[in-house]
Amino acid sequence: MEANITINKLKARFAESIVDAHSYRGDDTAIVKKEELLDIFIFLRDDKELLYNFMMDLTVVDYLGKEPRFEVVYHLYSLAYNRRVRIKTRVSESECSVDSIVSIWPSANWFEREAFDLYGIVFKGHPNLSRILLYDSFQGHPLRKDYPIKKRQPQIGPNNN
Amino acid sequence: MIDTLKRKGGCSSCGGVDDDSRLLGGSVILTKLEAINNWGRKYSFFQYPFVTACCGMEFMSVCGPKYDLDRFGAALPRFSPRQADLLMVVGTISHKQAPILVKVYNQMAEPKWVFAFGVCAVSGGFYDNYATVQGIDTLIPVDIYVPGCPPRPEMVIDGLIKLQQKVMESRWSDYPKGASPVSNDK
Repeated sequence: MEANITINKLKARFAESIVDAHSYRGDDTAIVKKEELLDIFIFLRDDKELLYNFMMDLTVVDYLGKEPRFEVVYHLYSLAYNRRVRIKTRVSESECSVDSIVSIWPSANWFEREAFDLYGIVFKGHPNLSRILLYDSFQGHPLRKDYPIKKRQPQIGPNNN
Repeated sequence: MIDTLKRKGGCSSCGGVDDDSRLLGGSVILTKLEAINNWGRKYSFFQYPFVTACCGMEFMSVCGPKYDLDRFGAALPRFSPRQADLLMVVGTISHKQAPILVKVYNQMAEPKWVFAFGVCAVSGGFYDNYATVQGIDTLIPVDIYVPGCPPRPEMVIDGLIKLQQKVMESRWSDYPKGASPVSNDK
């Protein structure tokens, strides 16, 4: 099946690393182990039948209460074949880190800084992993589900918690 | 003679001036220096527009020819705080902008006034979140609060007239108000 070529090739090549994969209404999604993340991405980018040369989006979901808690989501697009794929990888709260993909797609640079800023995921190997939207003295990561909704930052005023 | 003067109407907006103080057929006016000074100040606001959000569109409207803040002498924007005496805070102030707002306020010379334009500047509005200052009075002193999302131009003009009354009632002993009550370290 043409629509599933990405999933099929991934399964054939990285059988051990694909936790789950599905193709719902043309949306291909694969959940992969984070240890193999870089190899999978290089394969997706360089394989002659895939050529996912555009890293469209990188974001994080916080499933508070589940283990592993976080899911890092990558949206890739192949300009050559007009195909999209969504790659997810799960990250536990205790480890809270994943390999940086800036070396594969430089456009991931600011996305990873934003994800670090708002969720506190550490991207190992990132050239400049600092806050991008918030300021350096900000405490905590505000898009985490357990960030107190009424928390006041020291720059602005007393903590009303 | 006195009756004639009264019918012509005194310069009531001049504070200390009344009909009985007119001498020599109205060619001499007795007033207090403080009052005439305040009278001049209240019709000559030099505003610094600190415009950060959508309220800015309403601010442009109220400054424009239709509502025309210039009728009240408050039209000329100065884009250096050192040349301004009315700080118009128009829009949402984020934590990241807070030190900048405080710096601008500190750079303005006395006497100076602060106008909180719109509910976000007044109280944070509905942005009760990690990024938004919950009202600029947590950072700097505010003279006039005009809520609304955005406020109607009539409300802004009403606020400006109330600020003019406040200026008219101010005393020289109020200025300077002393060391800046806020610092960038807060």
